[in-house]
This record gives sequence, structure tokens and C-alpha cells, in this order.
Amino acid sequence: MGKQTSSIVKIGLLASLLVLGACRSSGDMDEGDNGDMTDTRPAATTGTGSAPTRLSAEEMAREEALRTRVFYFDFDVSEFRPADRETLTYHARDLANNPNKRIRLEGHADERGTREYNLALGERRANGIRDYLIVNGASRSQIETVSYGEERPARSGTTEEAYQLNRRVEIVER
Amino acid sequence: MMKTTLLAVILLCCSQLALAELNIQITQGVDNPIPIAVVPFAWEGTGVLSEDIAEVVSNDLQQVGEFLPLSRSNMLSLPKQESEVYFRDWRILAQDYLLVGTISRAPSSQLVQVQYEFFDVNRELKLAGEILTGSVAQVRDIAHEISNVVFEAVTGIRGAFTTQILYVVAENRAPGITQFRLEKSDYDGRRAQVLLESSEPIMSPSWSPDGRQVAYVSFETDLPRIYIQTIATGERRQITNYPNINSSPVWSPDGSKLAMVLSKDGSPDIYVQDLRTNVLTRVTDHPAVETEPSWTNDGRSLVFMSDRTGQPQIYQIELGADSWDVERLTYDCFYCAKGKFLPDGVNLVHVRRQTRQSNTYSIAILNIETLRVITLTNTSLDESPSVAPNGSMIIYATKVNGRGVLDAVSIDGQVKFRLPSTTGDVREPAWSPFFN
Repeated sequence: MGKQTSSIVKIGLLASLLVLGACRSSGDMDEGDNGDMTDTRPAATTGTGSAPTRLSAEEMAREEALRTRVFYFDFDVSEFRPADRETLTYHARDLANNPNKRIRLEGHADERGTREYNLALGERRANGIRDYLIVNGASRSQIETVSYGEERPARSGTTEEAYQLNRRVEIVER
Repeated sequence: MMKTTLLAVILLCCSQLALAELNIQITQGVDNPIPIAVVPFAWEGTGVLSEDIAEVVSNDLQQVGEFLPLSRSNMLSLPKQESEVYFRDWRILAQDYLLVGTISRAPSSQLVQVQYEFFDVNRELKLAGEILTGSVAQVRDIAHEISNVVFEAVTGIRGAFTTQILYVVAENRAPGITQFRLEKSDYDGRRAQVLLESSEPIMSPSWSPDGRQVAYVSFETDLPRIYIQTIATGERRQITNYPNINSSPVWSPDGSKLAMVLSKDGSPDIYVQDLRTNVLTRVTDHPAVETEPSWTNDGRSLVFMSDRTGQPQIYQIELGADSWDVERLTYDCFYCAKGKFLPDGVNLVHVRRQTRQSNTYSIAILNIETLRVITLTNTSLDESPSVAPNGSMIIYATKVNGRGVLDAVSIDGQVKFRLPSTTGDVREPAWSPFFN
């Protein structure tokens, strides 16, 4: 039983390696790619062995995660998506390992509803990610949060697609 | 048969309402607009006047819906003073009221003087008349002042034609570069003036009760902070610098305090800052979001929005009361926000999304005594309602073809007009108080 599990882990690791490679060559990720990757990543992080291939996979997953700086939210929801947990864990560890690093979390909402409430929603989203980063090793002093509400949309327009892209938290290095 | 006719009438009314937006000839069968003849004012000076007083007055009166000005081409005579008025000329045309006047250079000065007379045609009675003097640049103000007199003489309600509005414009200058402007204009969108320009967002403009200062939120330091600016001098000062959100500044009716939203203690809550002593008082204390404060007319309580039940609803709290001692005002909506009482203290203007499925945000009025709700608008992204100081109209922001514009609607929902917008997205209108 134990053996079987570890072989599944290895296969998962290999799969994530392949996916990561593909993502890299295709340049910037879109939201869909991001979702696929985080699904495969748990396999990579469970293997903390010393084999060279495993280290490099871990390395690649880390780099990829740190390159993901925009996190999207569902309508009227202020909790980040479970699929982003792994990526955010990498960000938290990165902050823990680099105590001089400072980031700013910028929270945003889509334009539906009142502006003041959207300002509050953007803050809630940013705070949710801030708290997760702190729980996972970052120090509070490394993180500043600000909400722009609906004032700085990533995409203009009144489509569902635009709204989805606008409900977000961005990590900005300071 | 009866039912069909009734339905047809309802459909007709609705379609007229929908068409009413850009067009200024707006009314429905229920309220017959009052026929009024505004005769072109005679100009007795040399050169060309930049403003046509009679046209400004006609537009004012038509815009608010109670009046239907007579077209100039249908006038049988063009009197400019009482001695030239033949009431039968106007009775033939079924006009109830008549306005005439002349504009001339004031003796030995650059000023102009406007003499007007206002008549009740059926009673053959002069209701008002005076001479107003001002600079050439003030001719438009004089015209709005005459509109005020006419409006009040007929309806008994003080006219709001000399009031102004504040609003925010966001304009894309280049990909990723937006310019934000705080502007002020006449109530009809004319004579706009820029009060502040920034590459960072500007939000929540609000007037001081004397109309001399504005408070707003600016992100110019990278963080939302509250500022107060004196309109005449442009002098401004930063009022807050608390951690996290600083937003929603609103003056108390006596001008001594500023209600605001701060999230320095964890989540957004309502606070009041005394502008003389700078003492800050916390009003709400709840882990949910509390925002959008507005003062009741007596200045003793604040109306605000909270999502403590999971969805935004409107509440009221008396200043000095325990933070848990709040009264909930809305129950029958999925999302009710941005509440503010009309001058009558009974009708609450707010933004309403009726059900989760409806997915439209409208401007509505809730009578807190009868619990009757009137939805005033039929566009889908309506927000930021602001009431004219005479309580007759509400200006609000909406989206048309993806662009932010300002619309106004009468408090009975029957009349609508859209402000001409220049460029960019226009939002967050705030109607001024009376200036005198």
C-alpha cells in the first residue's frame, strides 16, 4: 500500500514537470493554466527527498508560483480560491526566507454594486491573502494592503469576462 | 378588453419613460405639464450676447418635467414688457403662464441688467417682476435665478436651478494610464470646472452644508485618504491618515463634523470626526463591513450600510447610542445600500438589487412608515444617488454603452434627463446645497 502511494507521487511529479515545462515555453499564464498547475502541485511539495530531479521540480514549481502575482475571486466572495493556496504558500515561504522583502497587496472588485462597498470588498480580499501569508511564515511588517475597490479595473467593459478579471488581488513588490 | 387597454396604457407609459432619457420633452399622461410661454428677451445693447436667457429658462423648466414651454415659432406676438402683453394671444395658444423681459447695458458700466415680468394668463395677473444686474459672464446665472422665481411662483417649491453638482471623471489617456478629475458644474452639467486632477483615483466627493468646501477621498499618496478643499481658493488639507481604508466623508448638517469610514481597527466602521477639536468618535463596532454613512436631517443619527447579515442592508444608529443599538431599515431586498433620507425624513433614497437573480442595481425610494418601495430607474448599473436640495430630483450615475454617465430622475420617477458628458467615465455626482 505504501509503495503504491509513493509511485503515484512520482508519476504526479513527472506530470507536473511536464506541465511546468509546457507553461514556461508558452510565456505568460492565463487563469486556466494556473488552475491546472495548482492541481498537480501538491504532488511536488509532498516529495521533500534529496534526489536532484525532485529538487529541480520543486525549484521550478516555486519559481512558477512566485511568478503568479494576480489572484482572482468569485462574485461577492472575499476568500481566495482553494486552488491558489499552494501558490500563496510559496509566496509566504519566499517572504519568510527574505525578511527584507516588502510587498503590497492591492485588492480590487468588479463594478457591480456601490463603490464604497466595493472598496470594502477589495480590502477584505487583500486581507484574506495577507492573513494566509502571515500564518504561513511571512511577517506582518513585510505586507502592506490597499484596496482600490472598483476604481482600477484590469479590463473595462460590462461583460462577465471583464468582471472576472477585475475581481482580484495583485501582489506588488515594493 | 378592459385589461388589454390597461396593459396598452402601461406599456405606453413605460416606453415613454425609457425614451425620456436623452430627450427633454418628458412627462406622462398622468401629470399634464403646465403650458408656459417664455418669450425671447429683447437685447437692447450692442454686440451679441452669448446666452439666450429665454432659452436657458425654457430648458430649465422643461428639464424638471412640470412645464411644457411653447415653441417660439408658435408665438403670435413677442412682447417684452407688460404694456405689450395681450393676454388673449396667449389664451388662444392655451398657455397658463407667460414670461417676458429685456436685457440692456446698465448705465455707465460694463454690467447688464435684466428686467423680467411673469404673468398668470388666465387671471391676467402679474405674479413677479424685478431687475437683476450682473456681468456678462453672469447672464446665465441670472437666467437660472429667473427660473427659480417662476418655478416657485407656480409650484410653491423652491427652485434649484442655481445649484451645482460635483462629480468624478476618469479618462483613459493611454493603455494603463487613467486620469482622474474632480469637477464641479451647474446643475445642468454646463460650465464645468476642474477642482482636482490626479493620476490616482478620486472618490466620494461631498459638499459642506454652506457649499464653500468639498471633502473627497484621493489616492494621491497611494493610499485612500480624506481631504477638504475650499472651492474659491483651491486650498486643501489632508484630514485623515489612519491605516487602511479612509473613505466616505460626509458633513453633518451643521457643518461641524465629518462622518467617515475607517478600517484602522480591523474592518470598515463608521466614525465621526469633530472638525474643530479633531476628536474622533467611533460610531459602529462590528467585524462586518459598515460603510456609506449619511446624516439624518436633524443631525442626530447616521444611516449606514452593513453586510452583517451576509448581504448589504441599510441601518440607522443614533449618535451616542451603544454600537449594537442599531435599527435595521431594509428587509425586502437582496442588496440595499447607499441610503439617504429625503428632506421629508420619511423617504429613504437607496441603491437596490431586489433579488440575487435580478442582477440589476436601481435607484429606489423606501417610505419607512408605509414600507412602500418605488423603483425609479430602469437601467442596470445605477449607483451614487444624490438628492437636489429642494427634494424634487435625484441625480445618479449609471452606465450606457459601457460608459459612465449622469442621469437625473424626479422623485416620483416620471421625469428623467441625462447630463451631457464630455469625455471619459463620469460618476459619483453630488448635488450642492442651496448657496444662499
